[in-house]
Amino acid sequence: MREIGTAFVAGVMAMWISLPAQAAGGGTAPPAHQWSYSGLFGTFDRAQLRRGFEVYKGVCVACHGLRLVAYRNLQDIGFSENEVKAIAAEIEVPAEPNDDGEIEDRPGLPSDRFKSPFPNENAARAANNGALPPDLSLIVKARAGGADYIYALMTGYKDAPANLKVPEGMNYNEYFAGKMIAMVAPLADDGIEYSDGTKATVKQQAEDVTAFLAWAAEPELEERKRMGVKVILFLLLLTGLLYVVKRRIWANVH
Amino acid sequence: MVQFHKPAWLENSLVRWVDHRLPIFSFMSHELYEYPTPRNLNYWWNFGSLAGIVLVIMIVTGIALAMHYTPHTSLAFDSVERIMRDVNYGWLIRYIHMNGASFFFIVVYIHIFRGLYFGSYKAPREILWMLGVVILLLMMATAFMGYVLPWGQMSFWGATVITNLFSAIPWGIGDWVVTLLWGGFAVDNPTLNRFFSLHYLLPFVIVGVVVMHIWALHVHGSNNPVGIDTKGDQDVIPFHPYYTVKDMFGLGVFLIFFALFIFFAPNYMGHPDNYIPANSLSTPAHIVPEWYFLPFYAILRAVPDNFIGGWTTEWLGFIIFEAKLAGVLAMFGAIAVLFVLPWLDRSPVRSSRFRPMYKWFFWIFAIDCVVLGYMGALPAEGIYVVISRVATVYYFAHFLVVIPLLAKFEKTKELPKSISEPVLGGGGGGASAAPAKPMEKA
Ligand code: HEC
Ligand code: HEM
Repeated sequence: MREIGTAFVAGVMAMWISLPAQAAGGGTAPPAHQWSYSGLFGTFDRAQLRRGFEVYKGVCVACHGLRLVAYRNLQDIGFSENEVKAIAAEIEVPAEPNDDGEIEDRPGLPSDRFKSPFPNENAARAANNGALPPDLSLIVKARAGGADYIYALMTGYKDAPANLKVPEGMNYNEYFAGKMIAMVAPLADDGIEYSDGTKATVKQQAEDVTAFLAWAAEPELEERKRMGVKVILFLLLLTGLLYVVKRRIWANVH
Repeated sequence: MVQFHKPAWLENSLVRWVDHRLPIFSFMSHELYEYPTPRNLNYWWNFGSLAGIVLVIMIVTGIALAMHYTPHTSLAFDSVERIMRDVNYGWLIRYIHMNGASFFFIVVYIHIFRGLYFGSYKAPREILWMLGVVILLLMMATAFMGYVLPWGQMSFWGATVITNLFSAIPWGIGDWVVTLLWGGFAVDNPTLNRFFSLHYLLPFVIVGVVVMHIWALHVHGSNNPVGIDTKGDQDVIPFHPYYTVKDMFGLGVFLIFFALFIFFAPNYMGHPDNYIPANSLSTPAHIVPEWYFLPFYAILRAVPDNFIGGWTTEWLGFIIFEAKLAGVLAMFGAIAVLFVLPWLDRSPVRSSRFRPMYKWFFWIFAIDCVVLGYMGALPAEGIYVVISRVATVYYFAHFLVVIPLLAKFEKTKELPKSISEPVLGGGGGGASAAPAKPMEKA
């Protein structure tokens, strides 16, 4: 048993070694926020994801793409097939060449990926004072602090301290690396209207859109955790049995 | 005493027919079934077979990933995301492979420290040990190139920093090597292509070296916690069922930890920047390698740029040291020193249990490695540089000063007469123990 103990400690140590602080790069560390999907058993809140999509579609889509997510994926968060078809059909994408070899536009299909607002990086920068609004498909995984950071950023716009001069076209946000961000505060109270009647405060919208982006970054999260619980239970049982077998087989050695 | 016998399946007539022509079954029986193993191995001895299993897991998941991955700079990142989103259980395969690399290093590092603690590198196991170091080097190369494949920001910038190190090699060789690694004049599509090719190849080279590693192991058998040779049947037990079941149990424990990460914290050991597509125009604020390289990275950065460069250029005249060279030499030296360890440590006693002083220095060394790991993760500035330098000097001093001196001056404890003696509780303390004497020629 003593050896198991030490082996265990060594394992924990090794995990702990792997913990080197991910240098946040200048912004204030975001406070921890409670998410419905955190923890071993947490799941997404469908109604919230739906509202989050409404925020994305109503606000962020003007500047940010979501190019890795397909419209059909929305069915996973509770949109019906017809709703998805209608949402997809709102965009226009280049079709396959027709019989005359011309490329025309066609309405979007559920199998299409979200259409980005700008055709290329230069166009995006030209429209945003030279700043590049990043694609948001993976943003929650691509920032230290994850969802907590995105939420803090959305709700973190404040007046700059008196001694700080904010350059033209920049905004003060203490959570952003360098504290000066080119994005204007995107959310405003009642900036959009929720279809389920929820009051659209800045906090509410920020929380909803962050949850939506967390889903966009990790659409497998629920399946992963559900499978994880089963796998761990199975392994605990198997390992327990193996331990018993091991004891019995070794009984005549000690 | 435990009975040794051949397995019943060797008597099967078909098995006998084949075996008469190709003795593969008696080979298996001999090496995996009857194979006599010290009876006193503790759980630290589980990590060798675990490493072998993790290697297989990496190869299997890697082959599955390669079926969906596209090694092109404009497609690599998205092809990985397609695996995550659209391939059936693609996220599972990728997360197993991604976390598997970290766990491979955890397991192998524990395996190596086990060897250091119990003196497993000493005669007659020097070649076994050196093959292990070769495996470690191959693992590092494989993991480094694998990390480049998803073509995220850390992939790209990690590749740039590490490949650039080779440019420190003097006489124009360095630049030639770097161009060869890149397949051009910068990290770009040809680099990604050759790294993919090599990342697929190297694990099979590792398999080859592991076969030799185990071959060498089976010549003299495992070392053991007491560190003395086995003296006869009373000291050994057949590998099967004793160690097969013990290894299976260990595997179960390992898989629980592994699964916790795969299913509940799959990106914990990764860096968020690698979810940003590679961009040669935007350098990340901190370029940090994967955690398992951090101690070596710390050593690389600990050496001041003008350490040798400054005076050697005049001193040796014809050798032109590039400023970086000293750091690069130190980094590779940190592994090279492991190769010669069996000859640095001339103490006749293997196991730390009978080396009261070495035992302490072993733990100081282990802490030193952890400190180096932390320093590797922190920016190279201020006090961190000082700590890195002290820890780096100590790393080498451990092997080049402490170990040779201990071999001379340490007063080792008396060794038991045989393995079964302490195991069976036969030895009444030191009374019946033989004085420590040079390792018996096995
Ligand atoms: C008017 C255009 C515009 C709108 C609308 C907009 N953003 Fe941005 N966003 C930007 C720009 C420009 C940047 C780049 C800022 C920089 O690099 O300084 C940015 C950056 C970001 C970042 C990255 C911050 C980082 O850590 O690098 C996130 C996250 C983000 N926006 C989220 C959102 C969300 C969520 C919405 C919708 C609620 C939204 N944005 C709406 C223009 C916009
Ligand atoms: C892919 C990586 C590796 C695999 C699959 C592997 C596999 C094994 C196995 C199965 C054993 C026998 C079981 C045991 O004693 O734990 C073993 C023994 C050993 N390995 Fe490795 N090994 C690997 C890497 C290394 C490395 C990197 C080193 C050292 C630098 C090393 C040094 C040794 C030594 C010294 C032994 C003999 C141990 C003893 O009997 O005390 N191995 N290895």
